Amino acid sequence: MNALIIAGHTFHSRLFIGTGKFGSHDLMRQAIEASGCELVTVALRRVDLDKNPEGDPLLSKLDPEKVVVVPNTSGARTAEEAIRIARLARAAGGFDWVKLELTPNLHHLLPDPIETLKAAEVLVKEGFKVLPYINADPVLAKRLEEAGTAAVMPLAAPIGSNLGLRTRDMLEIIVANARVPVVVDAGLGMPSHAAAAIELGADCVLVNTAIAAAADPVGMAKAFAKAVEAAEEGLNAGPRAARAGAEASSPLTGFLWQTENR
Amino acid sequence: MAITVNGKTRPLGDAKTLAELLAALGVNASRKAVERNGQIIPASDLPTTPVADNDQIEIIQFVGGG
Repeated sequence: MNALIIAGHTFHSRLFIGTGKFGSHDLMRQAIEASGCELVTVALRRVDLDKNPEGDPLLSKLDPEKVVVVPNTSGARTAEEAIRIARLARAAGGFDWVKLELTPNLHHLLPDPIETLKAAEVLVKEGFKVLPYINADPVLAKRLEEAGTAAVMPLAAPIGSNLGLRTRDMLEIIVANARVPVVVDAGLGMPSHAAAAIELGADCVLVNTAIAAAADPVGMAKAFAKAVEAAEEGLNAGPRAARAGAEASSPLTGFLWQTENR
Repeated sequence: MAITVNGKTRPLGDAKTLAELLAALGVNASRKAVERNGQIIPASDLPTTPVADNDQIEIIQFVGGG
């Protein structure tokens, strides 16, 4: 596989991790460190002025030398709201990466393709490195790439569902046509799902719930890291194509019941 | 004299600037984003940006997210 480069930044791990749902910031930090992950997503929310006016110390737990921090626009329902969040993230933290996440329906949390494209067009022009979370739609992926996004992030299954690669056929079309990195995001529940995503041609995966909500998030982060490494090593080793029917792996000659005359 | 901060109406109190308002609310301004009436106010401008009656203020932070 080629080195993973997004917006000019080289990543040594093909596992990205979302920072939501961890039991504690320390568990989150340990999971990130144990996995070797070099890109994490974070969210923006109002400061809780009654319960914790000091604010969430999340960013102090992330080492900007080791991980690229990508604010997401979760909660946004329109392009306008997503653009506002991206600009706030830039103002607050100086971050110029943004994961566009526009999910108007709180039941299925599927991304709105039209609002996502609108927001991407504006934010790319403002100099953001835009990573759009999308349904596994090859046409939309191409439109976003043409709009100048740094990557595309098609979903494997609904957010938090742990269902695995339910969009496999569409993901294969996306990776076959993409000229920007493809990050399979959302719905990966097991390390094997992440390995399968890399094997089908994705450049990397983003995992949150499957790691953060595991009984042992650090152990699960390590397992996902190993899975994507194994998939990459396998691809680099030159796998043979699948074929219909059998091809013997043992010689078909020299059987001990053969006789010379036959 | 009242303002709305993060969707909740509060008395303005003695704060004359956004920096003073944040201090009065106990907010650590580091790595927060502040909007006043829909305008993002850079951290460097908080000490000089006035806060006035009926202002709509948003104070935003980073939290865990996927």
